Amino acid sequence: MCALCGVLDGGGDWTDAAARPGVFTRNTDSLQRRRERINRVACAQRVLGFYGLALSDWQASSFVLSTLTGKTEIVDNLTHLWSAAEKLTGRPCDPLDPQLIERLEAGGA
Amino acid sequence: MPDFTPPIFTPVNLITGFLGSGKTTLLQRLLADPALGDTAVLINEFGEVGLDHHLLGRIDETMVLLPSGCLCCTIRGELASAIKDLHSKRERGEVPAFRRLVVESSGLADPFPILSTVQADLVLRHHFRLGSVVTTVDAVNGLSRPESIKQVAVADRLVLTKTDLAPERRTELERLLRRLNPDAPLWYAAEQTIGAADLFDDAVRSPLRALPATAEGSHGSVQAFALAFEGALDWTMFGVWLTMLLNRHGARVLRVKGILNVAGSATPVAVHGVQHLVHPPVHMAAWPDADRRSRLVFIVDGLDRTAIERSLRAFLSGAPQGLAAVA
Repeated sequence: MCALCGVLDGGGDWTDAAARPGVFTRNTDSLQRRRERINRVACAQRVLGFYGLALSDWQASSFVLSTLTGKTEIVDNLTHLWSAAEKLTGRPCDPLDPQLIERLEAGGA
Repeated sequence: MPDFTPPIFTPVNLITGFLGSGKTTLLQRLLADPALGDTAVLINEFGEVGLDHHLLGRIDETMVLLPSGCLCCTIRGELASAIKDLHSKRERGEVPAFRRLVVESSGLADPFPILSTVQADLVLRHHFRLGSVVTTVDAVNGLSRPESIKQVAVADRLVLTKTDLAPERRTELERLLRRLNPDAPLWYAAEQTIGAADLFDDAVRSPLRALPATAEGSHGSVQAFALAFEGALDWTMFGVWLTMLLNRHGARVLRVKGILNVAGSATPVAVHGVQHLVHPPVHMAAWPDADRRSRLVFIVDGLDRTAIERSLRAFLSGAPQGLAAVA
């Protein structure tokens, strides 16, 4: 936990696996970690746009998820992201939703 | 002080299987293997009086009995506490230093919460790691209960028992097990000598074996299928997709397992998930065969294969590193 802001360190999520022998992760050094976070925001944003949500990096430790009206949630990782997105929008975020898939296939979201 | 150094991450193996399917008998046989001489055992029994530990013929301080009910729903906290207690005692030298922990679940247990406990608990995940899951299926009773279907789906190794009592059911059950879990090696307890290495080999967590690219099968609403993708895929976008899928449908994704050709990585990455739980991705040292396609095996309950494939392709198609070519 951050002593200043009280944000809990989620840790342990498979998309943020700690670097150790045999484990695939992009958590090995600060440059790679930063690049991955930027990439992650860009990838998630392609989908989140469909729900009117925006994601940004926060202090290289968490992400801020916001609605168009300014409601926000702090999320630790991709696993937390989707439950927070459903909470903010009040609707299921389903990757099997044909409308979402059509939007992605058309090159946007 | 312990007279040896325990492994950094002690493997935890789960033996599951429906009531009366031969879990304790199998465990009894395995514990006779010298390779498991330094193994701690944790037994969960359903019912007021635990008996299974007496059947094992071994009662010592590294054997823990959790007799208070079904491990999946009532005593997850108790499971975590029992493992932590064993760990503390090992650190203090109060129990023989064990290098492996085997958990035998009750026949009614859903394996997922047990696996999740080991990976989610803050203390446990720094000292233990999940090893293979072994599921026993008895030829007499087959897979008549929903619990047993789920237990088969999460298995890394399947052990068919009592084929000597019901030889006529063997072929049918084999076919059914292959449909439900096409990838897990199948052993026969009544006919084969099964050693610890056969069931607890760590290679199972980093699948060096080739995954099938064409597996298909179903049983009721449970369906197993394999997807294959040409070209390197974007790891980050794959993570976005899988986390989103498991958030919404995790309870129905009984199993996902794959070897991925990840853009920027010369060797493949193995992913392995059970419902909402995904293990740390394994960076494999080499490709298991000449096939360079990403291959994913799903075992799902009530989800549509076509929708899953179309969704994954749609997500990957617009990723920065995309999918170089689509099969």
